[in-house]
Amino acid sequence: MGKWTRRAFITTGLVAGGGVIVGVALRPGNQIKDLAGKVGEEGGQLVHSYVKIDTDNTITAIIPHSEMGQGVQTALGQMLAEELDADWENLLTEEAPALGEYSTYSAGRRYLLAGIDFPEILIPTVDGAMMRVADSLNMQITGGSMSVRTTGALAMRIAGAATREMLEEAAASLWGVPISEVTTENSYLIHAVTNRREPYATFASTIAEMTPSQTPTFKDPSDYKIVGTHKPRRDIPAKVDGSLKFALDVRLPDMLYASVIRSPVSGGSVVLFDEAAALAIDGVVDVIKIPESTIGNAFGGTYSGETVAVVADSYWTANLAIKELDVQWSKTGFESVSSDSIFAQFDRDITSRIERQTDRVEGEADSVFSTAAKIIDADYHVPYLAHTCMEPLNATANVRDGNAEVWVGCQNPLGFRRDVAVVLGLEEEAVTLHNHAMGGGFGRKARPDYAIQAAQISQAVGRPVQLIWSREEDVRQDFYRPAVQSRFRAAFDADNNILAWENTYTNKNEPVEAPLIPYAVPAQDIGYVSSPTHVPFGAWRSVDHSQHGFFTESFIDEAAHAAEKDPFEFRAELLKDSPRHLAVLAKAAEEAGWNRMLPAGRGRGISLQESFGSLVAQVVEVTIDNGEVAVDRVVAVIDPGLAVAPDGIAAQLESGIIYGLTAALFGEITIEDGAVVQSNFHDYPSVRMNQAPKIETHIINSGHDIGGAGEPGTPGIGPALANAVFDATGIRVRQLPLKNFDLNFRVEETGDVA
Amino acid sequence: MSTTFRVNRIQQTVDVDPSKPLLWVIREQLGLTGTKFGCGISQCGACTVHIDGQAVRSCVTPISSVEGREVTTIEGIASADGELHPVQQAWIDNQVPQCGYCQSGQIMSASALIANNPNPTDADIDAAMQGNICRCGMYGRIRNAIKSVGVASSDEKLFYDVASAEDATEVDHG
Repeated sequence: MGKWTRRAFITTGLVAGGGVIVGVALRPGNQIKDLAGKVGEEGGQLVHSYVKIDTDNTITAIIPHSEMGQGVQTALGQMLAEELDADWENLLTEEAPALGEYSTYSAGRRYLLAGIDFPEILIPTVDGAMMRVADSLNMQITGGSMSVRTTGALAMRIAGAATREMLEEAAASLWGVPISEVTTENSYLIHAVTNRREPYATFASTIAEMTPSQTPTFKDPSDYKIVGTHKPRRDIPAKVDGSLKFALDVRLPDMLYASVIRSPVSGGSVVLFDEAAALAIDGVVDVIKIPESTIGNAFGGTYSGETVAVVADSYWTANLAIKELDVQWSKTGFESVSSDSIFAQFDRDITSRIERQTDRVEGEADSVFSTAAKIIDADYHVPYLAHTCMEPLNATANVRDGNAEVWVGCQNPLGFRRDVAVVLGLEEEAVTLHNHAMGGGFGRKARPDYAIQAAQISQAVGRPVQLIWSREEDVRQDFYRPAVQSRFRAAFDADNNILAWENTYTNKNEPVEAPLIPYAVPAQDIGYVSSPTHVPFGAWRSVDHSQHGFFTESFIDEAAHAAEKDPFEFRAELLKDSPRHLAVLAKAAEEAGWNRMLPAGRGRGISLQESFGSLVAQVVEVTIDNGEVAVDRVVAVIDPGLAVAPDGIAAQLESGIIYGLTAALFGEITIEDGAVVQSNFHDYPSVRMNQAPKIETHIINSGHDIGGAGEPGTPGIGPALANAVFDATGIRVRQLPLKNFDLNFRVEETGDVA
Repeated sequence: MSTTFRVNRIQQTVDVDPSKPLLWVIREQLGLTGTKFGCGISQCGACTVHIDGQAVRSCVTPISSVEGREVTTIEGIASADGELHPVQQAWIDNQVPQCGYCQSGQIMSASALIANNPNPTDADIDAAMQGNICRCGMYGRIRNAIKSVGVASSDEKLFYDVASAEDATEVDHG
């Protein structure tokens, strides 16, 4: 394939599909230094999507996002179909392949760098949204709750509208009628005056010769027929009969299975292992030592330590044999590190304030504190967390004759393809990556280590290999949600008005705004110190909002009580100039019946969190019985700007809340002797049916820019729960998980003193 | 050592280590991949199948223990003519799955529950379903879907027919 031109591109579509393909390039631009560093070594990457119209008038939306349960294919399909006026029943969606020129980093770079004739129809739109696109690219392909709000808002809508305009123009020209009289409906072009009605497909070859508008006219949202309505998810039927093929379900001729183990202390290398003991087990084919690798990508470096793999004719056998290896690992120097030592280090570094950086400085916080009538202070911290996707990490690879084929479920197919190529020493073009729907992702499946391992093992044995991580490996070799400590102070005047808010926390990651508060506190000093540890970390559903949402929404609750005000009223007063925030908060309070009295032993807590472009308020009700906390009810209100797929948003809210609730109640990865202690669901538990609260969701369509849905439900559940526990017991929870707290004090207080 | 048992109405004979768990025989020898691996220690329920109508965790069930027994997987609960089991249909109607990975196990637990108890209470649902983790957190939808089955279905439809194709096929995976 030589240089790409628009015509060449569309012609490819005609040949391959028998119809037409309209390509939309979402061009981030390569002139921003910061962005360029994040999107690949040559400074450019495209996110792009295609509309295909086949000769039978079937329309296909080819969507460059991975499905991990969030319903993205359906929601993005709705956005395209709406602007295209497509027949929803005859619109297909499919994930863009991670191979072929129209879906690769290489092709993207060609578009960007060659300056060639390609429809740059998104450039005007993207210019104004540069920062959001930068955010998106930083999270790479599927993450950051970005699919609908960038690819959907900036690409799918434009692709649909531009295609519709070309179709109208083509029809007007052929029919010899004014374009203003041509209308569209359900994938048909209509000229009512002459009673003409033709399928879109009739004009496919005509529009292939046309240049799409860069700035097509969008529908008025009041005319939406597909966006904002409930469309059953396209992916669900295959998820109820076992027919959906996850990566774990790939079956290849002559395929072997592998299990792996890495050093329990990150960074350790292999000293020795009992290869003979493993090989003695019937069915074991080989024992392989895989060298360490480090890949640089948009997430920073992904280090994968030296690995021992057992290859067998059954996964069960491979996993049995790996326990016989008795691998001895080298010392790393981190063997004395524990969770206690890490939090002591955080405490020391926050206290020292060495090289403290600031996120927000407003007013003169120092002088306010020196003259305040009242000051409260508190330290909060949360532990490391694992992702524990239901589908354990796995990948299948067939590496032979200088070519690699990889089957995997991941959040970044193009990046994985490149990373496998780099480690194997192959050209990207020699690697074919088949991306499967993921059994959960949550940020973990943006890291390529498991796919790289599979490719290395297959390369070593010269046969197709399916690598499956044991759950123990999954829990112990994660890129963890970082542990963070946060130290707060708040100052009040004699009338209990909050005057100043100070926060110093450890280790800033992303999103940058996560530690900020929406409340109108006049003086603010929010900053951080660096306090690195050896524990690998990465993105975890809602990223830094997961820690800071708990911290800030708990401490604002403390501030409310210090000010002797109702926690809802206190927040509302500080939001009186933020009507969008206030509306969400007030709706949650109203729906929950905030002012209704609760009996003894029950409590109610509230939180508000802005993240990923959406606002979420939650009210949680708990019952404390014999020291056991039961979460009875969660009322959640989201303002996502516009709910493209309302039931999908409700489901994502429910999901994000349960994910965050698991963390708040139970989630704790502890470090002892430098290694992760937990190993499986018995010691790293997840919320179960009997522990799941009733969740009521409400959506406010405010008309603001479209926000995310996958993550915004997660940060607010922890603080709302902790605030409810305080309401019920008077115990202020400043550390998670809640399981570590003794909530029995009332029972003890009232016990017999004999 | 060979083990003979029936899976989804078809008699199967496999020659594997007698301690090999049923999960891995189903997935590796029989090629039925709808039953999932999640934890390997009977903690998550992703591997749930029916043995003689009871929900069991196949990841800790040695193949030797199913000799002569009737195993049903997610691929086997629809009717012979392809009509979905009422629980499967309820899962679609209630838009239950997100990632879907746990749902084979959830559906097997739920279908075993309602076969014995077509109109379960919340406490019944808690008891029967708490062995199945859903990391996407779709518990509310699962609960609603289970409750909708008893309302929507006649009792006889709550059972898949294991006897209708009596030894119609035998497969030897020796």
